Amino acid sequence: MYVAVKGGERAIDNAHQWLAEERRGDPSVPALTIAQIREQMKLAVNRVMAEGSLYDPDLAALAIKQARGDLIEAVFLIRAYRTTLPRLAGSLPVDTGAMAVDRRISATFKDLPGGQVLGPTFDYTHRLLDFALLAEGDTPTRAGTCSGCGADGRDERASPVPHATSFLNRDGLIEAAPPSETTPPDLTREPMELPADRTLRLQALTRGDEGFVLSMAYSTQRGYGRTHAFVGELRMGTVAVEVEIPELGFAVEIGEIELTECETVNQFKGSRTEPPQFTRGYGLVMGQSERKAIAMSLVDRSLRWQELGEDFTGAPAQDEEFVLMHCDNIQATGFLEHIKLPHYVDFQAELELVRKLRAEAQAMQEAAE
Amino acid sequence: MSAQDYNFAYLDEQTKRMIRRAILKGIAVPGYQVPFASREMPMPYGWGTGGVQVTAACLMPEDRLKVIDQGADDTTNAVSIRRFFQRTAGVAVTEATAEATLIQTRHRIPETPLTEGQILVYQVPIPEPLRFLEPRETETRKMHELEEYGLMHVKLYEDIARHGQIATSYAYPVKVEGRYVMDPSPIPKFDNPKLSGNPAIQLFGAGREQRIYALPPWTKVASLDFDDHPFQTSKAPHDCDLCGAKDSYLDEVITDDTGGRMFVCSDTDFCAGRRADGHAGRLGLDQNSSKSFANSFEGIWPGREVAR
Repeated sequence: MYVAVKGGERAIDNAHQWLAEERRGDPSVPALTIAQIREQMKLAVNRVMAEGSLYDPDLAALAIKQARGDLIEAVFLIRAYRTTLPRLAGSLPVDTGAMAVDRRISATFKDLPGGQVLGPTFDYTHRLLDFALLAEGDTPTRAGTCSGCGADGRDERASPVPHATSFLNRDGLIEAAPPSETTPPDLTREPMELPADRTLRLQALTRGDEGFVLSMAYSTQRGYGRTHAFVGELRMGTVAVEVEIPELGFAVEIGEIELTECETVNQFKGSRTEPPQFTRGYGLVMGQSERKAIAMSLVDRSLRWQELGEDFTGAPAQDEEFVLMHCDNIQATGFLEHIKLPHYVDFQAELELVRKLRAEAQAMQEAAE
Repeated sequence: MSAQDYNFAYLDEQTKRMIRRAILKGIAVPGYQVPFASREMPMPYGWGTGGVQVTAACLMPEDRLKVIDQGADDTTNAVSIRRFFQRTAGVAVTEATAEATLIQTRHRIPETPLTEGQILVYQVPIPEPLRFLEPRETETRKMHELEEYGLMHVKLYEDIARHGQIATSYAYPVKVEGRYVMDPSPIPKFDNPKLSGNPAIQLFGAGREQRIYALPPWTKVASLDFDDHPFQTSKAPHDCDLCGAKDSYLDEVITDDTGGRMFVCSDTDFCAGRRADGHAGRLGLDQNSSKSFANSFEGIWPGREVAR
């Protein structure tokens, strides 16, 4: 009974105990280890790191275990932890051009310097349930002879792979993307201010909900703010993170992280302010998060309509405030689910109002008859 | 989580300083929504993260904290937030309004009048009173800047044209010192008069929306209305069945499946205090609080009521 929401101390304790029991499931089945989740649920771990904005596979695996596999709940655990961490330093910008790529494909060029590297992808698998996995205990091995080798045996990871869009850039066919030295605003330390610049938008998108960003991107493909995107390049791999140490006067590598980067090349017929050329959309996500990176680059491009002198067609994916204010799943799920908290004070006020309005309506009807 | 792993009242001092700055600005410009860099808290957005951050920034070790939700100290989320601060700040807690130095509330203002030196912290879901008239933050900020509140008056007028009265029963908009239109959070409009000329500091925290606003003590707060349709409060036309109070806000509790119901004070501390003073409602003195009454449905023994 709902009134039992009052008197909750014992109820809360009991609910938490029950939850702990449910989380563990049947005790005769061995418990998952963090290492198992980290290694075998890697894409879930990646998503939790990306949307949690914290690169730590072990903590993300722990969060997934604690959240019983509810990834949004896991993201929430990571965010709540992250916000308590001290900021020791800011890293230098990571150089994705120097990425040791595991996967690198371009949809716009058949071949290009650095080659096409398929890497570990679902793309050409047939989606047939593999019942062999039911038997458990298999260890598939890679067919190739060396780790990170291309089909021709070349070690793709050895040398830096240039960005595909740089080839178009040389001919001036694609808009220039001049480097900037300005420090971008920090979404996690300052309140969101609108209108937002592109760096802030990209920050919001990269930690935004994968489903939301995906649907926004999809809507542009179906005509709500169409941007005619080609995947100029999609790359996945590890990059070094470097931090400038003031005492030393130079940067030191403190570790490496896995990233997925997507650059789209978008058709553009020119506008009042810009000549006909290809334009760019950009996506960068922690971990192997291809779907998210592609989606992000489409939404990024769509949100750039003003800067490129395009028309606002009223499409949701063009609407910065709509996208940025609703892409965060921790905000969204909190506000959505809070309506299950008691609201009987406001509901009582509404009850009295409706009763009064009904009484008046009835009195008027009776008077009319 | 052990308390030692976290700073006093959970937030680090830098964050508290940032929040305090926003609070001071809010107090300096009553009713103005100050953007602040709201943090993720260990409870979800929508559960009072704004209020919790404001409380964390205001709490001192010597404070005595009261937390209410829907007027009651024993609702699940009030229990949860109170425990959070007991654990992370180790402050004393109380259910007695008069004894508390800081009260965090959701959806109610206590019936017992507040006094100078007390702080009342409201949890706010949507701080923008114009939000449901204009969804864009960029627009509503402009409207506040220009004091352009015509849209709100049109809405209230349309209510009167359609329903013969203003059809807003909670989160009823107010104007602060003749300047900013402000959302008082979803308190019933019954509570609106208590906003004005209140000796306590009233702080409003909206975590998800990253806004803090404030009413310094003795601020004039007027509920929006028209000369020929003055603001009216509203409550269930009953007395409290437990303590007999005629002038407190009531919860309606359904007692059986044949239309039986009882009305009890939503402010549990107020109700218990009156009964301790010998007041009795329709159901007499032998009842405990609405909490134990509610628990009786579940077969939970209420235990001894705390002597007051």
